[in-house]
This record gives sequence, structure tokens and C-alpha cells, in this order.
Amino acid sequence: MRTNLMLSAVGAFVLLAAGAVLLPDWAMFLCAMALAKGLVSLGIVGMMRGGLVSFGQGLYYCLGAYTATLVAGQLGVSDIFLLTLLSAGVCLVVGALFGPLLAGYRGIFFAMLSLALSMVLYGTLAKLTVLGGTDGLNIGAPTFFGWDPEGRALQTALYLYVAVLVVVAGTLMRIYFDSEQGLITLATRDNELRVEYLGASVRTVMSYNYVFGAVLGGIGGTIAALALGHVDPEFAFWTTSGEFVFVAILAGYLSVPAVFVAAIILEMVRSFSNLYFPNTWQLALGIFLLIVIVVLPNGLGSLVRRRKGDAT
Amino acid sequence: MTQAVLDVRDVQKSFGAVTAAKDINVSVPEGAVYSLIGTNGAGKTTFVNMVTGYIKPDSGVINFAGRNITGMGPRQITRLGIHRSFQIAQLCNELTVEENMVVAATIHKSARPSFWRNAHGAEARERALATLERFRIAEHRNRLIPELSGGVKKLLDIAMAIAGQTKVMLLDEPTSGVAADEKFPIMDLVIEALRAEGVTVIFVEHDMDIVTRYSDRVLAFYDGRIIADDAPEEVLSDPDVQRYVTGGAA
Repeated sequence: MRTNLMLSAVGAFVLLAAGAVLLPDWAMFLCAMALAKGLVSLGIVGMMRGGLVSFGQGLYYCLGAYTATLVAGQLGVSDIFLLTLLSAGVCLVVGALFGPLLAGYRGIFFAMLSLALSMVLYGTLAKLTVLGGTDGLNIGAPTFFGWDPEGRALQTALYLYVAVLVVVAGTLMRIYFDSEQGLITLATRDNELRVEYLGASVRTVMSYNYVFGAVLGGIGGTIAALALGHVDPEFAFWTTSGEFVFVAILAGYLSVPAVFVAAIILEMVRSFSNLYFPNTWQLALGIFLLIVIVVLPNGLGSLVRRRKGDAT
Repeated sequence: MTQAVLDVRDVQKSFGAVTAAKDINVSVPEGAVYSLIGTNGAGKTTFVNMVTGYIKPDSGVINFAGRNITGMGPRQITRLGIHRSFQIAQLCNELTVEENMVVAATIHKSARPSFWRNAHGAEARERALATLERFRIAEHRNRLIPELSGGVKKLLDIAMAIAGQTKVMLLDEPTSGVAADEKFPIMDLVIEALRAEGVTVIFVEHDMDIVTRYSDRVLAFYDGRIIADDAPEEVLSDPDVQRYVTGGAA
């Protein structure tokens, strides 16, 4: 079973890596951003499997981006691996602080509290002139173990780095979803009372999912900041968090690759809608989501991965 | 004399002006099968909920194997070995029968389930299958819960509850929602499995034939109090029980 997973991971990387050769610059940038946002949405999918949806993943997306920017700007660190590790570490700590607190809430209360936390960060950053206020901060191009590429080479290296992160994170999350803890998360989504009366802590299960989501959010934010070369408080704004939820709903909770496919579809639909209907592109996006919800209530993932019994 | 595994002393519980449990004193010896009878609202489920930690008593003490468990939560109590099934079977509808059983076996096996070990691995599936076979529901293992009959759901609910190291099992109306011709076969299976492992059983039941056939002792509840505590024949012939509980149906 794990052999199949590893082969799929290799296949996914080869497919993504082909993009580095075949895609034009604009498309490669678009895909890199979509994959980075897909990482954030993957964290939401982890929570969705337990029956919760966070409307505040912008908190970790923004926190990761600002951590990378500040470390790069203040400490002079430009290595992309180190920046990613530091951002993920900060988000891990913050997630571990808030996770157990939020895991005691359900449904709309969890969603609203997570949103409130991200909006607190947004408000704070917007007012802090030392961090650039609403204008944000710039971050220089990253280096790769001392290699300092420029132009197309930089974009390709960044894209390939995101592809590696996506494949590694996706594989680890698939292993987690299929693990004992992952199955208990699914059971929790279905029947918390049963899970508690079997002797497992629903709160602990949800805390783990929240922390994983925080780390993935931080990594996604770091990549986005490096790809854009800029970070601002909008990273924590509710509309940004809404985009991540949008992708998670579009993908559903059954399949990991579906999350990244959904993220790329969203970026494509948004870019082209913006190009052809600049004033009504949100409408086009809304109609698209509506169609997916009606036709595929379990998301794009249900096209390739169905729960047992569904096929009968 | 067999030692009491469950000892409930002077327990009281009120919900506003309603007294759901009043001066409850029960001592259940290890390995015994007790049944709780009474009309709706008499306090049977409140008793089960207090013992399993779903609600906390206002006063009194509940001891399990010499340890005070009053006020502990369901998870802690379950970990100690007091398990329960529910009046309406509590199952995970989006999972198959086998997956439900794997969840139960996994949680019972370890307080810290693995993030790495595959839940659908051969070992986990074999363990789940063994329990399903013991309860003769293995043939349903790949079916989702909504596709099952009431009897199979009840059996799975109980099988999940006893997948761990059960010392006391509380069954809340194990035959409710079950077809009449399935009631005795289900109870035969359940009581046989629990007795074989020396599990102490306390079950809530409205069917007096089942109470008489499977209980060593009966507790009759009325208005939050225990009005009779004796062997089934004695309790069911008690005038108060006939008046307030069975309506002379003994």
C-alpha cells in the first residue's frame, strides 16, 4: 500500500516538474502561488475530516509570510530552506498555543473564533508602522543552499521547491489520513459521543489537526511571500482565509491531490475571469463553486476516491 | 462473598425541580448480571449516565473497583474499564462496519493511536474481524451503517464497546428498536460473550421476559428511587413494582 503511495508521489513530482519545462513564466508563477495556497487548504481539509472548518487560516499564512520576511530582512537569512523551517516552527508554536483552546469549540463557533484570531493579526499588522502598516514589507529573492539564481532560473527553482514541498506534505498527510489517528478523526466527524465513550479525546484529535493546519499554513505563506517578493496584512484578511476554505470545499476531504487541482483551478478561473470580466469575476467564481457543490457535494476528490459502499 | 466491583452510595441528581435520582444505593458484585427496570423517566438512564460520567451526581459517591470515580469524565471512566452501549446505537455512519470496529479496537488498544501505522493494515483488520465474527456480524463488514438492520446495529454498538478490557458493561435498552424475533438471539449472544469474559453487566430493559431470563438481580426504579432490589422473581412479584413499574405484567 505504501509502495503505491510512494510511486504516486514520484509520479506527481514528475508531472509537476514537467511544468518547469513546459509552462511559460506567467503560468509557472500562477501554479507556484496556487500550490502554496493549496498547502494552506490541505490543512483545512485535515480539519474538515474531523468535522471542523477554520475560517482563519489566513492567520498562519500571514504569520509564516511575515516570519520569513522579518528573518530575511532583520537577520539577513536568505536560504529558502531555513526560512521555511523557521516559519513552520513559529506557526507550530502558535498553533500549539491556540489549538487546544479552539479545539473545545464546534461548528460556527470554531469557524468564527479562528476567523477572529486572523482578523486580530490583520488589525495589529495594519496599525504597526514598524512592520510597514497596510503597505507591508518587501522580501528579497531567496537563495538555495548558497545558489543565488535570477530570472527564469529563480522562478523555476522556486516552482520546483514548491513542487517538492507539495509532494512531501501531500504524502505525509495521506499517510496521516490513512493512519489510526486519521481514522479516528473521520470517526470524530461522524460521532463524537462514540469516540469519547471509546476512550479517545476528541479535543486532542482536533488539536493535532489544527496544529498540522497551522504548520502547512505557515509554509504556504512563506512560499507566497517569496514568490511575490512582498507581504502585507491582506494575507490575514478574511477574504484570503475565505479563498482557502473555497479551495477546501471545492476539493472535498477525500483526496489529497484534489486539493492542489482545486487550488490551480481556482487560480485559473480567477485569472481568466479577471481578464475577461474584470468587474464581475467574483460572480463567475461564485457560479463555478455553486455548480461544483450541486454536482459534486463531496468535492472534486469524490471523482477519483469514493468511500466504501458509495460505489455500490 | 464476591467483592463489589461497582458501589454507588447515596447518589442524588436533580434537573431543576425534577429529582432524577434520590438516595441511590447499589452494590454490584463482580461477574453479576443486573437489570434496571422502570417506566420512562424513572431514573434508569440517569443512573447509567452518572456511572459512565455523562452527568455528574449532585451528591454521593460512585466507587469502581475500590476507586472513587465520582465526577470523572466518560473518557477517563472508559479507560478504567466501564463501557457502555446506547439506547440508539452510536455508530459512525460514514464508515463501514469493519472500520467502526477498527476505530474501537485501535482506541482500546492504545491511549496514543499512531500517526504512521495504517489503520487498514492486516493486523488491525484481523483484530476487528475476530470481534465481528464473535458477534456473528462479520458478513456485514463492508457495509455502511445506514444499510444495517436494527439488530446488527445494536450488536456492533456492543461489540465496539467491549473491544477493550471491559470490566463493567452498561447496556441501555439493548433490544429497543430490534425486531421481536431477534431479541432473544441478540441477548443470548451478548450475555454469553460478556459472561465468558467475566464482565459485570448492568442492562436497562422494558421487556420482562428478557429481564427474567438473563438477570441475576433486578433493580426497580420509580420516581428517581430504587423501590426494589432483589432476584427477578421477587422483584417482579413485589406489589409496589407491579403497581408502579410492570402494571401487573409479571
